Amino acid sequence: MKNIKYLFLRRVTQVIILFLYFGANAYGWKMLAGTFGSSVLMGAIPLADPYTTLQVLATGFVLGADVLLGAAIIILFYMVVGGRAFCSWVCPINMVTDLANWLRRKLNLDKEEVNYRFIKRNARYWIMILGLIVSAVVGIAAFEVLSPITIMQRGIIFGFGAGISVILAIFLFDLFGVKNGWCGHLCPLGASYSLIGKTSLIRVEHDHEACTACMKCKVVCPENHVLHMINKESIMVTDGECTNCGRCIDVCDDDALNFSIRNFAKKS
Amino acid sequence: MANSNNNDRRKFFATTLQSVGLTALGGLLWSGYADEVKASPLVLRPPGAIKESDFLTACIKCGLCAEACQNRDTNIDKITGEAKAGTLKMAKGGDHKLIGTPFFIPTEVPCYMCEDIPCVPVCPSGALDQASVSNEAGELDINLSRMGLAVVHKESCIAFWGIQCDACYRACPLLGEAITIEMSRNERTGKHTFMLPIVHDNACTGCGLCEIACVTEKPAIFILPNEVSKGKAGDHYVKGWDKEDEKRIENAVAEETITELSKKGSAEGYLNSGDLY
Repeated sequence: MKNIKYLFLRRVTQVIILFLYFGANAYGWKMLAGTFGSSVLMGAIPLADPYTTLQVLATGFVLGADVLLGAAIIILFYMVVGGRAFCSWVCPINMVTDLANWLRRKLNLDKEEVNYRFIKRNARYWIMILGLIVSAVVGIAAFEVLSPITIMQRGIIFGFGAGISVILAIFLFDLFGVKNGWCGHLCPLGASYSLIGKTSLIRVEHDHEACTACMKCKVVCPENHVLHMINKESIMVTDGECTNCGRCIDVCDDDALNFSIRNFAKKS
Repeated sequence: MANSNNNDRRKFFATTLQSVGLTALGGLLWSGYADEVKASPLVLRPPGAIKESDFLTACIKCGLCAEACQNRDTNIDKITGEAKAGTLKMAKGGDHKLIGTPFFIPTEVPCYMCEDIPCVPVCPSGALDQASVSNEAGELDINLSRMGLAVVHKESCIAFWGIQCDACYRACPLLGEAITIEMSRNERTGKHTFMLPIVHDNACTGCGLCEIACVTEKPAIFILPNEVSKGKAGDHYVKGWDKEDEKRIENAVAEETITELSKKGSAEGYLNSGDLY
């Protein structure tokens, strides 16, 4: 159980959140209604996705106050728990890409050097900006017309239809194409949460003294460039691209990695 | 040293150029795709939806309207007691409508025009405009909604054949207002009456109850979005017999242009001078 603690907690969180959304439609629950684009928590508190909100604002449409307030609430929340905690603890696509990634390791697709690394990790920031420009030019929220995240979420709530092919495409891309291709290279939503989480409070801390340099953490990490300090120095993972998924903590046999609260007074 | 700097600079320019180029390529493909998928003119939106082009921009695809539609306690099958499907659906892949936006298909489930319009106040983005379905007193009034307009195809409507049918007229929630029956003599038989359904744009909400009630194989009365179903006479036609309409030209300013002919005198003078012969 020890080495899947956070994985288990994440899956439980993801499934509960999606089930609450599903129940809002199927059974009329009021806990969490809507979709990531815009939701209502407990029938009163508005929530909205910041990047989706930005896209609509980029088209020049003056959004309702509920959406703006909801986006502000979400930004504040993820500034505390780590921006990309959304990616690993909430987003349903995470389950798809994690499965692809796990299969990659099992099928030796990484070791056999069949990893097409033709996309850089910072491509997502370009795509994020591009999405806003395209929104402004075409006049509709550009990423929302193809976002596998909300397509999958709406699929779960309202039924998939042909949308399932988008999810399958992401799975195949991550499995046979680029390793961590979608979440780690392309997804503009993840990019936006990376920026939000740049200064977040909850972070993974590395203990250089305890580390035996087994590198299991680097193998399992979906964004392993953020673990540059492993076996080098005892500092926190401060990169906004860390998803706070906690897999590195799970697989570490030496207790060299743990969640911690960022201390801004101390230069980390 | 200078040489390696030069190489670095070249590499920097090359990669920058490549990034910019690929971004432009991606932007073109993405724009083209986004522009294509938003083109679905034959789609019916929930009550209070703003103009289609603005709606596509404003809708944040949260589905709260569809959930409000689906979850009504009253929305049960009266015979089995089971929950019925809601009117509003969320467009998914394969529906060929902008993905994630709400719509309805009258022949599947029409809009039953709930008096409290649960779908509209829940909209967080402003894509469904509550003011457009509220009366002067600020109360919600579903009869003000304009989801579309019923159109009759007279060649397939059996009432136009002379057969007595008033299914659409009876099904209309605004009975006698949105659809009226116009009588005229059936010259073919010489002793019967045509009872023709006529739709009135000032009352029809586009709910689709007439379309699902229509008895023909493919409905002869059907709902089209307002942008598609309505014509426009243009500003220069004024109803001279209508005081309200006449007001439009109260402050109108005549525009005079001088041509070679009009310089010589008035147009009337030209017609009356006898030069025509």
